[in-house]
Amino acid sequence: MHELSVASAVLDTVLKHAAGRRVTVVSLRIGHLRQVVPDSLAFYFELVSRESLCEGARLEQEYIPARLRCDGCAREWDPEDAWFRCPGCGGPGDVVAGNELEVESIEVEEAACTA
Amino acid sequence: MHRVKVRVVEDALDANNTIARANRDDFDRHAVTVVNLMSAPGAGKTTLLERVLHDLPVRAGVLEGDVQGSYDADRLASLHVPVTQLNTDPGFGGECHLDANMVRSALPALPLDDIDLLVIENVGNLVCPAEFRVGEDARVMVSSVTEGEDKPLKYPLMFRTCELVLINKIDLLPHLDFDMEQFLHNLDAVHPGVPRMQVSARTGEGVEAWRDWLTRLPAEVPA
Repeated sequence: MHELSVASAVLDTVLKHAAGRRVTVVSLRIGHLRQVVPDSLAFYFELVSRESLCEGARLEQEYIPARLRCDGCAREWDPEDAWFRCPGCGGPGDVVAGNELEVESIEVEEAACTA
Repeated sequence: MHRVKVRVVEDALDANNTIARANRDDFDRHAVTVVNLMSAPGAGKTTLLERVLHDLPVRAGVLEGDVQGSYDADRLASLHVPVTQLNTDPGFGGECHLDANMVRSALPALPLDDIDLLVIENVGNLVCPAEFRVGEDARVMVSSVTEGEDKPLKYPLMFRTCELVLINKIDLLPHLDFDMEQFLHNLDAVHPGVPRMQVSARTGEGVEAWRDWLTRLPAEVPA
């Protein structure tokens, strides 16, 4: 249900970098731990981008699997069901990957150079 | 007209985080410690505040976030602490959470020179508030036993983001199938070692520890 909030934050970030140019593609990197439902995000992005320079832009979402690393024994694992304790020694894990909520790039239209 | 690719590589929440840092700077300048209090609707945030605010040994104020209305603010105002209402409905599109910009808009209305501790009671929601920093020093969440023991596993973003978990409504345990051991196991799996307190806002059981935690916080947060 937080996809609407995420879509709005994405739109703000994109419009800032678009600097007045029309946006045709938005490429995102979204980590597993952000619990974003791709279809839902696409739906809300289409909604919030209406009547903006992002209207009609294609949303590309790259999924980043979660990866944790144990503080104690340095073992790395992919947490299933949000399990943040090391399957080896039981120590707490640090997130190595999976927290991303990043606008990676955008494609914008620019007037052809006439010089 | 031709198309060019622009490399961005920016967290979508950077804009919010930048404003949150500005809020934090303003709070620090006034030596105010800030707690962001979050939970699902009806978990007992307001009642837990009512229980401790009236005789807290530090000067406290509340910023009350709600989609609509001032029901919670009215309840707290009778405790003679400064309460400021922030509604997400007018101007903010009825947001289901507070963000840094909304809190920023409320700063002029806050008596920052007269308080040492500000509790921001967020909109009741286990999802979106976890994403948006507002300039707080610490995050506290309330999870009531009527919500079930699986909640940490379902909402790991929220449970991982807080510095303290208050497990509320323990007076109801005799009437529920709630398995406290399983809840604590799930909580520890999602957020290993996070401080937790079992409380009942209704009977006052365990509330002393919550009051002590709030009282100690201004001294423990680095200025």
